Amino acid sequence: MDVLKILLMLFLIICALTVSRVKNLLTCIVIFMSYSCVMSLIWVLLQSPDLAITEAAVGAGVSGVMLLVTLKKIHMVDGGHKDEKDDENGKS
Amino acid sequence: MKKTTKTENRKSRIQLAFSQIRAWLLGEMDPYDAVFLKEEPPLVTSRKELADPHLDTFNLRNAFEMRAFQRAYNIAGILVCIVMIVSMLITVSWLPRMGADYNPNNNEVSERYIEKGMEETGAVNIVAGMILDYRAFDTFGESCVLFSAVCCVFILLKNASHGATAAAEENDRIYEPKNDVILQRITTVLVPFIMLFGVYIMFNGHLSAGGGFAGGAVLGAGMILYLLAFGFAKTSRFLNEKVINVIVCTSLTFYCLAKSYSFYTGANGLHSIISTGTPGDLISAGLILPLNIAVGFVVACTMYSFYAVFRKGGM
Repeated sequence: MDVLKILLMLFLIICALTVSRVKNLLTCIVIFMSYSCVMSLIWVLLQSPDLAITEAAVGAGVSGVMLLVTLKKIHMVDGGHKDEKDDENGKS
Repeated sequence: MKKTTKTENRKSRIQLAFSQIRAWLLGEMDPYDAVFLKEEPPLVTSRKELADPHLDTFNLRNAFEMRAFQRAYNIAGILVCIVMIVSMLITVSWLPRMGADYNPNNNEVSERYIEKGMEETGAVNIVAGMILDYRAFDTFGESCVLFSAVCCVFILLKNASHGATAAAEENDRIYEPKNDVILQRITTVLVPFIMLFGVYIMFNGHLSAGGGFAGGAVLGAGMILYLLAFGFAKTSRFLNEKVINVIVCTSLTFYCLAKSYSFYTGANGLHSIISTGTPGDLISAGLILPLNIAVGFVVACTMYSFYAVFRKGGM
């Protein structure tokens, strides 16, 4: 069990470091959601299932969806290329 | 003329850098000052750029205001960092020593929660007993915060105009395939189970892990999935702004009244008509089950309306 715990912790640290290095915002959100998934597993290992359920539902589910919607709202899903092309064509 | 000033500038910069390094080595100057005083390397690199007269005029990076702003920005950033670090270190230094017997985790409150929690609240899940019975007003505040957050999002994001942009926002399937068959079939299979699981978490909050917040979040996620697959026309038949307002306000009022009653009787030593029942039954633990349901409704409606407002600017 200790090995599993250390592996999960390592994955957590790797997620937290990569999310600040990655340029693509969509990738960032996916990494953030996987971070929340791993965090909920760690909550289970730390014997707090209440927090684990809330983390899985809110962190990995709803907040990820909210971030994706925001990304779509500011037209950054494709890295903003589509928006620029529209601007060039005068469609705005 | 210009060329000579440039070379002089560079020479003086090199001299400045050397003097700084010497001062640093001799201990006359703090290395942080050297970081502050470090200047941008000269942008002009080739002869062609030197000859371009526009470069000096429009070179924003070497303009006086930009350099002053950059320096002020760096200093302000470092100052803010230092203030944050110092305040956090001061806070840490006020924490009690680890393992001391007067620590907060050793006082009688947590002992009483653990020993008498099930007997007094009737909840097998001590966490639910704590957050919905002993500390119920905290949870009430959380629900109110969620409600006011929804109100703020509505005020900020609601689409009042009916121009071309509003129509484009309303047609939320511009960039998506309309009526995706795979998504719709999978949603038809999954959504009942997601809803059932959310209701289970909500109703079993006093018996097992979970509770109103988690169950409500799962319910809201299920509704968002349904909305994604079938669009606003289907969901607005049973969930629109009016229904959500009625549900949220009713839940919050019920929560406030029920908890006020139980706190009133508890504080005055009166007999409460709400019995705790036998721990372990579904209908037990007094007010915790209805309070869980109320919180779950508030959270589910909040999640759904967040998504709807973000997506469409209304419901």
